[in-house]
Amino acid sequence: MSVAEPPGRSDPSGRGAAFSGAAGGAELTVVEPLIFDASRPGRRAVRFPRPSEAAWAAAAAQPGLPESMRRGTPVRLPEVSELDMLRHFNRLAHLNHAIDLGFYPLGSCTMKYNPKVNEWAARLPGLAESHPLDPESLSQGSLELMWLLAELLKDISGFPAVSLQPAAGAHGELTGMLMTRAYHRDRGEGDRRTKVLVPDSAHGTNPATATMVGYETVTIRSNERGGIDLEALRSALGPDVAALMITNPSTLGIFEDQIDQVVASVQEAGAIAYMDGANLNAILGRFRPGEAGFDVMHFNLHKTFSTPHGGGGPGAGPVGVSARLEPYLPAPIPTLVEGAPAEVLANAWAGRTTPGARFALDDERPKSIGKVRSCYGNFGMFVRAYTYIRSNGSDGLRTISEDAVLAANYLRVALHDAYDLPYDRLSKHEVVFSGRRQKREHGVTTLDIAKAILDHGIHPPTIYFPLIVEEALMVEPTETESLETLDRFVDVMRGIADQARTDPEALKRAPTTTPVGRLDEAAAARRPDLRHSFPDAEDPTA
Amino acid sequence: MLEAVGVTSVDDLFADVPAAVRASDWQVPPPLAEQEVRAELARLAVRNRIPEVSFLGAGVYRHLVPSVVGEVIGRPEFATAYTPYQPEVSQGTLQSIYEFQSLICELTGMEVASASHYDGATATAEAALMACRLTRRSRVAVSAALNPDYRRVLETYCSGPGVEVVTVPADLAEGGTGTTDPGAVGELGDDVACVVAAQPNFLGQLEPMRELADAAHAIGARMVAVVEPTSLAMLEAPGAYGADLVAAEGQPLGIPASFGGPYVGLMAARMDSVRQMPGRLVGATRDADGRKGYVLTLQAREQHIRRERAASNICTNQALMALAATAYLAAVGPDGLREVAELSVTQARHLAAALEDAGLAERRFTGPYFAEVTMRVPDAARRHAALAERGIVAGYLPERDEPALRDTLLLAATELTSDDEIARLVQALGETR
Amino acid sequence: MAYPDDLRYSKEHEWVRVEGDTATIGITSFAADELGDIVFIELPEPGTTLTQFGTFGVIESVKAVSDLYAPISGEVLEINEALRDAPELLNSDPFGDGWIARLRPADPAEVDALMDADAYAAETA
Repeated sequence: MSVAEPPGRSDPSGRGAAFSGAAGGAELTVVEPLIFDASRPGRRAVRFPRPSEAAWAAAAAQPGLPESMRRGTPVRLPEVSELDMLRHFNRLAHLNHAIDLGFYPLGSCTMKYNPKVNEWAARLPGLAESHPLDPESLSQGSLELMWLLAELLKDISGFPAVSLQPAAGAHGELTGMLMTRAYHRDRGEGDRRTKVLVPDSAHGTNPATATMVGYETVTIRSNERGGIDLEALRSALGPDVAALMITNPSTLGIFEDQIDQVVASVQEAGAIAYMDGANLNAILGRFRPGEAGFDVMHFNLHKTFSTPHGGGGPGAGPVGVSARLEPYLPAPIPTLVEGAPAEVLANAWAGRTTPGARFALDDERPKSIGKVRSCYGNFGMFVRAYTYIRSNGSDGLRTISEDAVLAANYLRVALHDAYDLPYDRLSKHEVVFSGRRQKREHGVTTLDIAKAILDHGIHPPTIYFPLIVEEALMVEPTETESLETLDRFVDVMRGIADQARTDPEALKRAPTTTPVGRLDEAAAARRPDLRHSFPDAEDPTA
Repeated sequence: MLEAVGVTSVDDLFADVPAAVRASDWQVPPPLAEQEVRAELARLAVRNRIPEVSFLGAGVYRHLVPSVVGEVIGRPEFATAYTPYQPEVSQGTLQSIYEFQSLICELTGMEVASASHYDGATATAEAALMACRLTRRSRVAVSAALNPDYRRVLETYCSGPGVEVVTVPADLAEGGTGTTDPGAVGELGDDVACVVAAQPNFLGQLEPMRELADAAHAIGARMVAVVEPTSLAMLEAPGAYGADLVAAEGQPLGIPASFGGPYVGLMAARMDSVRQMPGRLVGATRDADGRKGYVLTLQAREQHIRRERAASNICTNQALMALAATAYLAAVGPDGLREVAELSVTQARHLAAALEDAGLAERRFTGPYFAEVTMRVPDAARRHAALAERGIVAGYLPERDEPALRDTLLLAATELTSDDEIARLVQALGETR
Repeated sequence: MAYPDDLRYSKEHEWVRVEGDTATIGITSFAADELGDIVFIELPEPGTTLTQFGTFGVIESVKAVSDLYAPISGEVLEINEALRDAPELLNSDPFGDGWIARLRPADPAEVDALMDADAYAAETA
């Protein structure tokens, strides 16, 4: 088999991989071989010292490992040099698009630039090497950082209490819904309140979370303005409803202009108002959900607060809660046990440590739902988010939302004639187009449009979400893109709309300049190949 | 741009926020320049005191993070991409996850591994719930010697669907084996979905995993093995002793302690249960021109398709940490991983012997241990605190979770544990008699 | 679109062919097209009893999941094992080799509640 570039594929991006060695399956062209293919007996990257004679001698007096528990077959990890493994991962990196390479307007994910000073901070040895179970006297820096971040998140959101424990947005949703159920059970209404309401535009994690907590999901339609239908909501509310989970701005990028009535109706019915905070980037400094009456909200630190997306995490999904849910927060909670909060905050904002201030982990929380993960949360992401919030400060955070909303509306206006705009009104930080005109008139689907965008070195917007928009195309530019980048995107999108008319077949063949073309996802699911199989006969796992 | 949008001021962009809910002023401090924010983070970092000598493990282990691992996960193409929804421009992420899945299968002796979970505790909880779905039963039996943090998380997750968590007793008395009793499994009744036990267990002891798996199967339950990944270089793979599901914490594989996170949860199973497995899966396939490629697959299990019928709501996972683990395993290789395990095992025994020879401590349990050992130390709590003041962390105090384990220390050794550190601990502990 | 006229059709896009005292059931080409490339089908066990319009399995494509609803009641006699390794038959030949199960119908009159080929064509137009 060969790894040469087949004829007819140009690669102006320079990100093809014509420099890999030969390996792989019989008839397939391999872009970059698996790490296993670079393995040669005896090679290694890292060496370790041997135990000393004294250590051996001392250890010999202790019981060893029983033979019956020892591994029978050796572990077949790749044997590679540091150079070879680094080249392999560098070449894999070359196959990726990323924010640091080009525009990434993936709606609902807030792909903003990740400032590198956040990375500098997360690598400080004092923070990176801190063991979560060290005596608290050795961890005052970590505890103070978590406490300060929680204070900032409370202020930003208007909630009186925050837990940093959940490791992702969906994890925060799980936490919020477990607290909701604990709250109702405490009131003797746990058995009665069995339903969770979600709008038809909801992200899939919302109903999936409701199910994980034993709730039945009821879907409420959206109105013609793109908000939740208030009458439909009111008729669905009743003594059997535990909560409404709503995203604001909605997944259509539209602010719920009746949000105060929505929250009031939910609470009048005795239910909990949950806000999915994925779209917080639109409303910093303009709307504080806790202040507006919500009971609980999750943050996505990897969206709004610039912690890197990592190819699929790690993220962090802290939750803010109202006073009535506070007792149910996961434990433990970093708490200021000696010192006046106002003084500690004032000093921290001025870059000073407060003498005598002491932090501890409060685990005396009898009504807590328990723990949703080990230790205290994704601390490394707290460091980055804290760095980001302190760097931007009050003015910076407000400007972030202003610029994010301005950029999205700029794209809305620039493209509203080229693509259908199901909700043609002021949007917030993201805008949802529909590719239905291109599909009906030229047979070009939103999928085809997305694949064509790839050939321009731009990541496509989110496609086919929310479900209530046919051929949905959700564009979220974020505030960190220049006007030139936005204008180039407009040109690319207009060009594709033209091409849908003049040369739809070209769009159906796209992408043609990426390292691989469209992949057969049906084959991948029908005959799953989920791990490398070793060629030798002895494969106990085969 | 405002003009292009058709508004006159930025405030017009927020005209859709009803006046009744407009935000009032907040107390967020003013912005900081880069040098100021660096000073602030340095202030906090310096407020931590990283111990000079530490024998603390208890689920989070101080291992060498090879320099090359940081280079790999520091690549912006890996760090600043997101979930590979458009596989044509995500082959780097997708192939590295496929390699990760392969390595975890190889370590655990299982047929399929997920792309990662949040941490070992949530992987354990999700494995237990998966066993409930597979068996259609609603009780989970957990070894008394499982990490208490994992127990708490498991209980919280099980409270969602109303799954009952019961305990399989372990012989944790002074002079006991320190292991879980397989005989007790048979008395649990017939509604048990799985038996959850750890190898090694929280107190460092080696469990009779094959007997526990057999006992679980005898009552129609699945065996969930919670394992420590570096130990798999020397210990039998769970797939070989009858585990049906495997959960683990991947932090020891090239991830720093970082005050509790981010870490990476590992989960593995057999192919016949893959449709009930939560989390992302990457599969190999091809494009129309015959190029090999990788895609997210079996997505019909997941929340964005199944919504309220999904097995789990997990979306964002711990992809960059899985990459760290992949790079770590490639960097150390099979010989290196075995050396890490052997050094850890040797130094743990060296430590136990040194403490016993000095008359300072004795092993609480008679059974074999791996690289962490529970030692009986009179007045452990006071002495542990005194040593901490001097920058020496003498392991973990199990009495924090279990009063019956008062006056013990749980001491971990790794390949980073030097003879000198052992001598210093012995010296310092002696001074607190 | 003309559908085979020896079959009867349900609103949930399943079909049934009655041949004496057995009946064969499957999904229609309309359903298969809506789902896209089918990757997996969860088949009922032989011996189980299906209830008309009740769910009896799940079908998965790359991008969707759908319940299967029995067009008639009856005991499952045989299932199409070929679908385990080749679910794509549901896309390529949904009315023929892509059949799902053979039943012993419980009540021949139940077929009256289903549509004929013309009515189904009108329904899916």
